[in-house]
Amino acid sequence: MKTRRAVIVLAGAAMAAGSAAAQDMVDELTVVSWGGAYTKSQQNAYHDPYMEMTGVTIINDDSSAEAVAKLRAMNEAGNITWDVVDTVAADAIRLCDEGLAMVIDHDTMLEPAPDGTPATEDFAPFIVSECYVPNIVYSTTFGYRVDMVGDTPPTDVCAVFDTETYPGKRALERRPINNVEWALLCDGVAKEDLYDVLATEEGQDRALAKLDTIKDDVIWWNAGADTPQLLADGEVVMGSTYNGRLFSVIEEQKQPVAMLWDAQVFDLDGWIIPAGLSPEREARALHYLRFATDTQRLADQAKWIAYGPARMSSAPLVSTHADLGIEMAPHMPTDPENAKNTIFFNYEFWADYRDDIDAKFQAWLAQ
Amino acid sequence: MSAATRAGPVLAADGTPLKRSLARALRMQKIRALLLVAPLLVFVLITFVTPIGQMLFRSVENDLVADTLPLTVAALADWDASAGELPEEPVFNALARDMIVAVREKNHTKLGTRLNYERTGMSSLFRKSGRQISRWDPEEDAPFRERLIDVHEGWGEIDTWKTIQTHSRRLTPGYFLNAVDMQLTPDGPMAQPESKRILIKLFGRTVWMSLVITVTCIILAYPVAYLLANLPLRKSNLLLIMVLLPFWTSLLVRTSAWKVLLQQQGVINDTLVWLGLVADEARLVMINNQFGTIVAMTHILLPFMILPIYSVMRTIPPAYVRAAKSLGATDWTAFWRVYFPQSVPGIGAGSILVFILAIGYYITPEIVGGTKGVFISNRIAYHISFSLNWGLAAALGTILLVAVLILYWCYDRIVGIDNVKLG
Repeated sequence: MKTRRAVIVLAGAAMAAGSAAAQDMVDELTVVSWGGAYTKSQQNAYHDPYMEMTGVTIINDDSSAEAVAKLRAMNEAGNITWDVVDTVAADAIRLCDEGLAMVIDHDTMLEPAPDGTPATEDFAPFIVSECYVPNIVYSTTFGYRVDMVGDTPPTDVCAVFDTETYPGKRALERRPINNVEWALLCDGVAKEDLYDVLATEEGQDRALAKLDTIKDDVIWWNAGADTPQLLADGEVVMGSTYNGRLFSVIEEQKQPVAMLWDAQVFDLDGWIIPAGLSPEREARALHYLRFATDTQRLADQAKWIAYGPARMSSAPLVSTHADLGIEMAPHMPTDPENAKNTIFFNYEFWADYRDDIDAKFQAWLAQ
Repeated sequence: MSAATRAGPVLAADGTPLKRSLARALRMQKIRALLLVAPLLVFVLITFVTPIGQMLFRSVENDLVADTLPLTVAALADWDASAGELPEEPVFNALARDMIVAVREKNHTKLGTRLNYERTGMSSLFRKSGRQISRWDPEEDAPFRERLIDVHEGWGEIDTWKTIQTHSRRLTPGYFLNAVDMQLTPDGPMAQPESKRILIKLFGRTVWMSLVITVTCIILAYPVAYLLANLPLRKSNLLLIMVLLPFWTSLLVRTSAWKVLLQQQGVINDTLVWLGLVADEARLVMINNQFGTIVAMTHILLPFMILPIYSVMRTIPPAYVRAAKSLGATDWTAFWRVYFPQSVPGIGAGSILVFILAIGYYITPEIVGGTKGVFISNRIAYHISFSLNWGLAAALGTILLVAVLILYWCYDRIVGIDNVKLG
């Protein structure tokens, strides 16, 4: 009897505490992401379970491509309508630089790994900004048409510059980042010297000169969906894009396309919380973030999209694709078989040189 | 009547002078008219004039440097950049004090981004220095000169200080100079290095391609509008729906449809190869270049040309052409001397519409323009959304706006704006 009453009292106290906590948080959350298959993977892995668990309504906004500009405008207008924003690491660094993103204390605000490893160690090298909670590791890499490369499928990124062996158009992104790195690599620069060379006028000219050798054979893309479409139509023999897009062309749409993982460029995608939210909204955003970035949730996301979870502890939990039933691990950019030769996006370098090299790159394109 | 009354003012019925009475009535009318348009006027002021005014102001505004580094800017005022020597300790001291405050308020990296537009490397200079300087004390840790150069060698470079000094003014011509491929340097305005000049070329291309698109639209729209105006009602209504149908379809859908049609493995090329008119290895390149942009934009803007011409043509009485013919004019003379001059106001209205829409177009060139078919607006969008150089974007936008106004003025002088009719 006594114990029963104690249980009731305890349960009552717990409920009171629970409702008090709920009162301090809003019941609606606007999550900004990229839309398409990526948002779908997040919806399945995080949003739906979270909504079921808490009864909170999550509103998706597909504005990540302009996240920095829009957050800056919202901040100037003094009306921030977003709660959690998915951005690439370079944008997160810029948002943090501009004071537009909230500083995160990774160890207290995020779940530790199941074995108790604190979050900072579990995410280890990927916490590239104090405002950033990385989510996935993706790469920008090449896909090629297996039916258009003859008997010698390319194994080296320099196949892109070899128009004799592999005639046909190539799809490259209409910005210098990644392209100039590949150009220098194939012009004989060692990987560890890339950014020293690229920091000089001569190095930049050298990269553009290398790109100039294939300029007439390139279709320049703006949106990540362009290359898969161009590959599927047979408009290009090979093209760069995000590895998840290529996965869906190859495995989901069964097009005659294969991956060329050589010299893939790793980058991160993850969350920031805008600075200046009201305490109730901030509490909700943090509550969501703690849930959405735990070990199991990150591993779950890989069921719907071929991007590697940013937590070390999630890697062993990656299972099979939810619809196709194939093992996802071999399709991850971080898989040892795929990651033999990789470049990691150099945020520091590009924060400094982006404007300068972009102006040169665009002027070169317009010639 | 006597001479005195005749010389006096004309009076209204109530005895007040007619002139005053009339003026009062007119004033009442004006006030009433103003009240009627007031809601719209306020709406336009708030949602249109103010934001555009703000945008224009951004192109010269440059408060960030002076606000973030007030002491440094004051201390640098006496420094002679041309002497070729680093500033003295007071300047470094001022910078350290400014930076301690700036880091606390998280403004230093913002400033770094701003100055990085002018000199590559400033972004990391401010970000890296900020981390160390935040732990300093303005009194105990002085002097700062050696200490700062220790933290980052950038502080030991004269160009760093020159950049800060040059860009410390609150109103700057720098963005406008950048917008015309020049830059503001410590030695005054200079041309950008050749390898970075792109914007003037883009302006020229934008105007040229917009003109080509306008002319193409005129050529294609005129016969359609003529048919619309002269066919029996039932047929012309059907035709009008066919003109409007694409108009109601999403812009993106239409642009993507052109992609499917024009690409090398696309419908047109496939048909040509099948007919044997084009070899399989020599498929035509019709997209991701200027041709693609002109075709897709002409199609998208065509209704804006057809509709004004059509509505003007409908007001041309058919009797005039009949009269001309009955007086002995050939078909061509009747058309060229009688019909065409009356339809010119429609062409004028359509051309202004199409040209002004084309010059600011963004989505279609972005999708089908490749490298040689993009417009200045694509560069503006880039600076708004990606490089975040809003000052430069504002300067480019201002130039575009002024260019359109000048063209409009020229048009008024040459053709006369009275000659523009929408119906």
